Amino acid sequence: MNTTIKPKHQRLVLIILALVALIGAGLLAAYALSKQAAYFYLPSELAAKPPEAGRAVRLGGMVEKGSIKTLPDGVTINFIVKDDKARVPVRFSGITPDLFVEGSGVVAEGRMEGTTFVADNLLAKHDEKYVPREMKNMSTAEAKAVIAETK
Amino acid sequence: MIAELGLAVLWMAAALAVLQLIAGALALRPATAHLAGVVRPVAILQGVLVAFAFASLIWLFLSTDLSVKLVAENSHSAKPFIFKLAGTWGNHEGSMLMWVTIMSLAGGFVALIEKRLREETLIATLAGQAFVSLGFYAFLLLASNPFTRLPEPAPEGAGLNPLLQDIGLAFHPPTLYVGYVGLSIAFSFAVGALVTRDVGPAFARAMRPWVLGAWIFLTLGITAGSYWAYYTLGWGGWWFWDPVENASLMPWLAATALLHSCSVLAARNALRTWTVMLGVIAFSMSMVGTFLVRSGILTSVHAFAVDPTRGSFILALLAIYIGGALLLFALRASTVTEGARFAVLSRESALVFNNVMLCGILGIVLVGTLYPLLTEAMGVKVSVGPPYFNPVSAVFAIPMMLVMAVGPVLRWREDKGGRITWQIAVPALVTAAALLAVELLFAPINLLPALGLAIAPGLAVASLQPLVGRNLRRTPLATYGMVIGHLGIAVALFGMASEGAFSTERLAAMNPGDSQQVGPFKVTLQDIGPVAGPNWTALEATVAASYAGAAPTVLHPQARTFANPPGNRTESALLTRWNGQLYAVLGEEGEDGRWQMRFWWKPFVPMIWYGGALVALGGLLALLGRVARDVKRLVATDKIAYRRERQGR
Repeated sequence: MNTTIKPKHQRLVLIILALVALIGAGLLAAYALSKQAAYFYLPSELAAKPPEAGRAVRLGGMVEKGSIKTLPDGVTINFIVKDDKARVPVRFSGITPDLFVEGSGVVAEGRMEGTTFVADNLLAKHDEKYVPREMKNMSTAEAKAVIAETK
Repeated sequence: MIAELGLAVLWMAAALAVLQLIAGALALRPATAHLAGVVRPVAILQGVLVAFAFASLIWLFLSTDLSVKLVAENSHSAKPFIFKLAGTWGNHEGSMLMWVTIMSLAGGFVALIEKRLREETLIATLAGQAFVSLGFYAFLLLASNPFTRLPEPAPEGAGLNPLLQDIGLAFHPPTLYVGYVGLSIAFSFAVGALVTRDVGPAFARAMRPWVLGAWIFLTLGITAGSYWAYYTLGWGGWWFWDPVENASLMPWLAATALLHSCSVLAARNALRTWTVMLGVIAFSMSMVGTFLVRSGILTSVHAFAVDPTRGSFILALLAIYIGGALLLFALRASTVTEGARFAVLSRESALVFNNVMLCGILGIVLVGTLYPLLTEAMGVKVSVGPPYFNPVSAVFAIPMMLVMAVGPVLRWREDKGGRITWQIAVPALVTAAALLAVELLFAPINLLPALGLAIAPGLAVASLQPLVGRNLRRTPLATYGMVIGHLGIAVALFGMASEGAFSTERLAAMNPGDSQQVGPFKVTLQDIGPVAGPNWTALEATVAASYAGAAPTVLHPQARTFANPPGNRTESALLTRWNGQLYAVLGEEGEDGRWQMRFWWKPFVPMIWYGGALVALGGLLALLGRVARDVKRLVATDKIAYRRERQGR
């Protein structure tokens, strides 16, 4: 094959190719992040400005007392996640984390379907040392409630 | 007494590191070149002393000395022996001491055996290594002293996090640390070669075993970590793109690129600047990984350090090392003369392509991992998960695997396309046939799993081609290493694609006696009852699983409750067959008395980890091959020198 590059330029060509690939990777990453990053919502934010339907987001708040209802299939639950301003109904199928209890904090990963938030995954407070990042900035009253609940 | 002794020895080792750095730096000047003789012995002694300090900490943990703060906070007298031992590094301070220990032992080992490099370059390397260690000594002694005593001995220890009470913990951190530290040695070699302007094949040959070793351990660590997450978390997933996982993946990607460019430099004296740059990047990625995992910036089972000063400390170290190395690189890169040239169609080109693609994936993972941290600093909380990482990294991974199929059959320097028509056609045909079969038999199927199922068999065939037409007995071990490593990638890819395409899940509330169909399995919940272990109690389900009507196998998924410290853990049960795994998890008891059970049938999922093990095995063979050749050469040169000496007399 007669495709040898002029030797003089080889280093330059390699550097340019590497840069092009890396810049391409950066642009692709930026584009994909703008489409795919899952934003974190509090219930009041979700109520005020809901994300587009089907977009993956996270919803964090308190599980309302007395709201957990198990459906007849035994594995799907409905419950309400709330903050001081809004309440969002959530549906989840699966085994709940050990510390998922009413009155405690939870982060639900999923998407809005109509007015219900359908969760694929629930993150609950694990122990004193392991708190979902989003729950660290809860109001003092909420945090106290969480600690009281899990002790 | 032992705690004080350990601390004193640790201080002495730190002092030796200072000496090693100063003597090494001075030895590079002609006026003070006689100091060079000091550097090697000091490096060796430093390694021995730190090993002693680490042994003292192990002793304190094994004897559960509750007057030591670290032991009281992380151990418990009623813990099984293996977890007392593993508890030594199952906490922040102990794990940092382990890091320093491995690093200093590795430095001592280099000082002891490395004879191929110019002495000057080796001295610069050891000085660089001392510089890196010093940061960690400072971190240990000033911000995370493992030997602090309590004013009064605690009556009982607080115990170890239940998630960490797993046999995997005994091996997982040491494995990854050896990997990270091996990259720090590669980094020191790169710095040493830059300082003495000695970037060439000898430098690449000296560095390669360390990169290979680090890479083997990183591969094992990632594979084991993935399996650990798979069976302990009870979520049925094997990779979550969790920042902590990414922290181990990024150094691996950089080390993979470095390994390949190192081979080019060693064999062909090309890609000089690029190899040095990758050496810096690879160690930067281990530091970024350490920062992410250890600073407490992420919440995970790994984040022991909640003290913000520690996070800042690691960040400062990161900035000093990386900034310093990049500055040195910028100053010296122009003095690295250009290496040998190569044609567009050559093995070098394929390896350059592979390197660029690996760096592309590395960039994608790095951006995706850091983005949530950056936005959080600006007050917006986001999380980035598989919908970002999977497709975007595939954009680079797929072309890389295609070139990976061709690269090993290309010749160095220049090749002719006509020579390898068959070697390209065969894997291409296998891939096309597999794609057709997948689309005809299993459609609809997602794009990425379908591509994976198609590329994996083609890559497997292609990876074996370098052996075709060779005398298998005379083929060097390193070639076998390459073949097996590439085959491992194909095997793992097949497992991943199969898991993504064919997994079936079943979630049900069951009474004892109820049955469910999970893929080809019929599972029956027989019984649920309590069981007790050494420091836990559990509810255990008895599940009979029968594959396509065959005699049933009994599984025992558990929900464990730990007492010290209190906590829960799901213990999933696995049934492994040659063609996949059945995964069973016991959930909670519902209000109506039924039990939540979750099952997955995951065809060929173990191939992910078999593939990872094969990759590591390939690395091991390559390492053995290289080391054996070096030893042979060393013995031969020694013999010649000996003969000359005798003749001289």
